[in-house]
Amino acid sequence: MLKIENLTVTYGGITALNSVSFEAPEKKIVTLIGANGAGKSTALRAIAGLTKPASGVIQYEGKNIFGMDTQKVVAKGISLVPEGRRVFANLTVMENIRIGAYLRKDEEEIQRDRKWVFELFPILEKRSWQMAGTLSGGEQQMLAVSRALMSRPKLLMMDEPSLGLAPLVVKNIFEIIQEINKNGVTILLIEQNANMALKTADIGYVMETGKITLFGSGAELLENPHVKAAYLGTAKK
Amino acid sequence: MPSIKKIFSNNLSAAIFVIILVMALIALYAMMLGQMPVAIFLQHLVNGISLGSLFALIAIGYTMVYTILSMINFAHGDIFMISLYFAFFALSTFRMPWVLALVCVAVLTPLVGILVERFAYRPLRNAPKNSVLISAIGTSFLLENAATYLFGGRPKAFPDIPSLTRVISIRSVNFQVVSLVIPLITAIALAILLNFIHRTKTGIAMRAVAKDYETAKIMGVNINQIIALTFIIGSALAAVGGFMWGAKYPGITPMMGVMPGLKCFVAAVVGGISDIKGAVVGGFILGLGEVMIVALFPSISGYRDAFAFVVLIVILLVKPAGILGTRVTEKV
Repeated sequence: MLKIENLTVTYGGITALNSVSFEAPEKKIVTLIGANGAGKSTALRAIAGLTKPASGVIQYEGKNIFGMDTQKVVAKGISLVPEGRRVFANLTVMENIRIGAYLRKDEEEIQRDRKWVFELFPILEKRSWQMAGTLSGGEQQMLAVSRALMSRPKLLMMDEPSLGLAPLVVKNIFEIIQEINKNGVTILLIEQNANMALKTADIGYVMETGKITLFGSGAELLENPHVKAAYLGTAKK
Repeated sequence: MPSIKKIFSNNLSAAIFVIILVMALIALYAMMLGQMPVAIFLQHLVNGISLGSLFALIAIGYTMVYTILSMINFAHGDIFMISLYFAFFALSTFRMPWVLALVCVAVLTPLVGILVERFAYRPLRNAPKNSVLISAIGTSFLLENAATYLFGGRPKAFPDIPSLTRVISIRSVNFQVVSLVIPLITAIALAILLNFIHRTKTGIAMRAVAKDYETAKIMGVNINQIIALTFIIGSALAAVGGFMWGAKYPGITPMMGVMPGLKCFVAAVVGGISDIKGAVVGGFILGLGEVMIVALFPSISGYRDAFAFVVLIVILLVKPAGILGTRVTEKV
C-alpha cells in the first residue's frame, strides 16, 4: 500500500533520513522503532507532506505522492496522529471530531463514523462539550486518534501514541489500534515503546541515525538480541 | 456546557465595565444637570453608540487577523480609507443608488485586503514576527501615498445620501437616520459572524488554523484559503464601516484612515485582542466615551482623540489581557 524507496530528507545540511526504504502492506500494522533523533518522525512528516524530502520515492496505492501538499495527501486517505497529540485546545471535543472530517461531505457516513469513534472511546462522548484543552493526556490522545479516524483513512500514521501516558492507558490505546486495524485500516506506527509496538505489529523496522538497520516480523524482532539489548533492556549478558 | 463558566466570567467582567461606564456617564450628567437638557444628552448618547458601532466594525478586522496570524494589520485603517474612496466614486462618478454602492464597496474593498495579504504578509509567513509588522507598517504608508497620488491630497466631500442623513426627531431628540442604521448593521454583522465562526465547518477550521497551522493542515484545511477568508471578512466589515462613516462624517482624505485605524486597534486591545466580542465591547467604550467627554466637557474637546489612548494606558495597567481577554496559559 505504502512503499518508501531511498527516501532522503535533509534539514539545512543535516541528513535526517539517509536513503531509507520500507513498506507498509495493506491491512497490516507496521512499526518503526528507534531512539530519539533516529528520524522516525521525519519519515512520517515526509510522507504527510509536512516536510519536503530531498530525494526518493514515496508510493501510495501505486501512485507517487513524493513532495505532495499535505491537503492532497490527506484527501487520498492518509491520516496522521501527530506527536504530542496536538488536539485543538480552543475547540470542543465535538468540534475537534468535526474538523477531523473536514474534507468529507457525506454527512450520514460522518454520523456513523462519529458513532463508531464514540464506541471506541466512550469517555469522549461524555466530554463532547468540553474544551479539548481541559482533557487529560490520555483523553487527548484518544481524541487525536478519533479526529484522525474521522477522515476515514486507509492508512493511519501514528507518531508515538504512548508518549507521556500511564501504562494502563498505553495498553488501552494499543488495544484500540488493533481494533482499528481489524476494521481494515493499515497502520504505520512510530514508537519508542518498542516492547508494546513490536507485540502489536505485524512488521517492524528498526531505525538508527537516519537509516533502517533491521527489519522483520514483530515477533522476530522481539527475539533479536540486538533489539533486546538496545530497545527492550532484557538482554542477558 | 463546560465553557459556560468561562463565558459567564467573561460576560460578567464586560457587564461590570459597561455598568461602570454608564454609571459614570449618569453621574457626570447629574453633575452637569441644569446645563444640558435631557434631549441633548440623549442625542449625544445616540451619536456615541453609533460611533462605537463603527469602531466595533473596524476593530473586528484587527481581532480576526490577530487571532489567525498573531500580527497587527496596521494597513487595516488604510483599507478602511480606500473603502471610502470606492464609495465616493461609486456614488458620485457612477451615480449608483446608495444600497448598490454599499454592496459594490463591500465587494471591492476585500480585494484590496486579499492583495495586501498575498503580497505583503504571505511571503513572510515563516519570517520573524517583527518583519511582518514592519511590512504591515510599510503597506500602510504605501496605501496612504498611493491614495494621495491617485486621488489627490485635497479632501473630497462624501456625496450626501438623503435617506441616511435625514434628521428625524423623536420627542424632541434629533438624530440622523444613519445613527440608527449603524448599530443595527453592526448587530447583524456580529450575529452572522459569531454564527459563522461557531457553527460552520469553515468557522471551526478558522479557529483551528488560529491555534495550530500544521495540525490544521493535517486535517486537510487549506491554510492560505482560510487566511485569505479572514482578510476578506475583516475588509468587508471595514468597508461597511467606511461607507457609514462617510455618510455620517462626510470628508475624505488619504490620511483619514490613520486615526480611526489607531483607535480601533486600541478598541481591539481594550476589549481583549483575541476575542471578537471584545472588539465590540472595546469599540463601544471608546466611541461612547469619546462622544460623551466632548459633550459633557466642551472645554477639553480638543483632546477627544486622546481619550482612546488614556483608556488604553489604563487597561494595560489594570487588565493587560483586555476586558474579555483571558491570560494565555499553555499546557506543555
